[in-house]
Parts: sequence; C-alpha cells; structure tokens
Amino acid sequence: MEHLILKVTTKLLFAPIILFAFYVQFHGDYGPGGGFQAGIIFAVAFILHAFCFGLDETKKVLPQQALIVAMVIGVLFYAGTGVATMLLGGSFLGYDAIDPESTHHAGQHYGILLVEFGVGMTVAATMLTIFYHFTGREPDIDQKDW
Amino acid sequence: MTPFEVELTPIFFLDLSLLTMLLLVAIAMLRSRHLFAVVMLSGIYSLLSAAFFVSLDAVDVAFTEAAVGAGVSTVLMLAGMLLTARKEKPKMPGRAPVALAAVFATGAALIYATIDMPAFGDPNAPANVAVGQAYVDETPNDIAVPNIVTAVLASYRGFDTLGETLVVFTAGLAVILLLGVGSLRGGRKVSDTDANKAGDQ
Repeated sequence: MEHLILKVTTKLLFAPIILFAFYVQFHGDYGPGGGFQAGIIFAVAFILHAFCFGLDETKKVLPQQALIVAMVIGVLFYAGTGVATMLLGGSFLGYDAIDPESTHHAGQHYGILLVEFGVGMTVAATMLTIFYHFTGREPDIDQKDW
Repeated sequence: MTPFEVELTPIFFLDLSLLTMLLLVAIAMLRSRHLFAVVMLSGIYSLLSAAFFVSLDAVDVAFTEAAVGAGVSTVLMLAGMLLTARKEKPKMPGRAPVALAAVFATGAALIYATIDMPAFGDPNAPANVAVGQAYVDETPNDIAVPNIVTAVLASYRGFDTLGETLVVFTAGLAVILLLGVGSLRGGRKVSDTDANKAGDQ
C-alpha cells in the first residue's frame, strides 16, 4: 500500500480539522474567524483526503452535484436572512428585527450566526468545486513528473 | 498634539525583518523559472505576510491570509500547474527602456506619496480617529459582539459581505462553466481528446 503513513495521518486528522472548522465558524463572534476562514478549513479537510486517497474516493463522499446545491443554498441563506428581517419589519439585514424585545441585541447574534453560516457553506463548496475541476482534468501523475 | 514617534521596540525589528524576508521571497519568485518552486515560494510569501499581520495585531486578516493565501491558493496553483508546463519559457534577454522608465517613475511617485502618510502606528492617523474609533466605541452598544471585526463584517457592512459571498459564488460558477461539469441530470461526458478532435474538424 502506497504512502501508508500519509493515509493513516490523514484519517486521524480529518475529523479534528472538520471540528476546528466548526469551531472557527461558530466562534467568530468571540474570537478571530468566521465564515470565510471556516469554509476554507472545511474544504481543506476534503482536499487533504483527495491528495491521499485520490479524487474519485473523495467524490464518493462529497459529489460535485451536492457542492453545487450547497453553493446556491449558502448564498440564498445569506440573502434569505436579509429578506426575513425585512418580513419581520426591519430593514434588509437589520438583525435587530429578529429579536426586538432583547436588551442585549440577541437578534444581532442570531443574524450574524445565520449569515456566517451562509458564507461558510458557499466558500467551502466553491473552493472544493474549483479544486475538483482543476485536479479532475489531469489523470494522476507520476512521482517524478513533479 | 505632540508628533508621534515610532519606538524602536523588538517588535519593530521583527516587523522589519519580516518585510525584508517578504522582499527577498518576491525577488526569488521573479528570478525562478521553475513553476513548482514559484508556487511554493508564493505559499511562503503568504505565510510570511500572515506572520506580519499577526505582528500588527490584525489576527482576523492573518487567519484569512494563512488559510486562503498559504493554504488553498497554493493547492489551487499546484492543481493549475499540473495542467500546464512545469517550467516557464526562458525569456530572451533584451532591453525595454520605456518599460524601465515607467517602472522607475511609478516607484518614485509611490515613494514620494509615502512622505505624506502618517507614521507607522500613529494613534492620531485619520484612519484611527474617525471611522475606526467610532466602530470601537459603538460596537458594544449597537451589536454587543466581542469581536469588532465580525461586527463590522457581518452586521455594519453585511451588505458588502453579501456581495463578497456572491463574488466567491461567481468564481465557482465561472470555473464550472469554463472547465465543465456536465448537466445536473447526467448528460454526455466529453473528454479533452474528444474536444480536440472536434476542434480539428
């Protein structure tokens, strides 16, 4: 079996990387990070998987069709949050409309979490899409060809 | 208001050495013809700038630079490099006096412009006293989120961030359209060789 150490390490690291992505995603209010960074980290876990096990194996886990859907849902999630705040009587992306009774701006917290989720989803799906398309064009190359 | 002077702390010398290394990496990238080395050097360049941003206390930017610049960009550049040649074509040595004059004139103008800029880290610089200070003062009352960067990004300027997300989405869409994914319902698979044959006819 080729590259056994790399494969075992990737399997060990895969779950912690995803977990870190979610930490960065949902902890963006309190520390550095947010949807953009979390989306990239999420995508990187799958890129690492593709490097070690081949793109076809990764595509079985996360097919291209699912990525397109995730890309669209992410953008719609963001814009939808804006529409929802309008329907609740506020302005576009005026998150205070989500929880107007709150004395500590809970609506802002919810709103930021929602839009960051949309950002993260779009970024992760887009990065993986670009990666799939660039790598998927060339058959696997030899070690010497680098 | 007394004029602000930069203190010569160890951090300042760290900044200087990081900037020097950035310059050296950039020159090495210019001189190398081996594309794999250039891609790797661009990753190093991003990592160095991320370290520089940390030293400037801009951790959010540093995080993004490390993840996007040093991480994913390098991977995408490698993937792009696989689709082309491994080495840049050797450039014919020649003189281009107009280009050289243009570069020197632009450089001189840029250096001349820095004379008017506020000193590095000046708390009285326009960027720090007007809008920047307003965000720092008002975020605890308006948004009540500890990380001001997130407050500005997702709430104060939520509309801008929607635009940025759309830009990322459009980039993905463009790659799908250019490099092809087939239709969602399956469709007919076309390989590069088929496409070339079709082009020859």
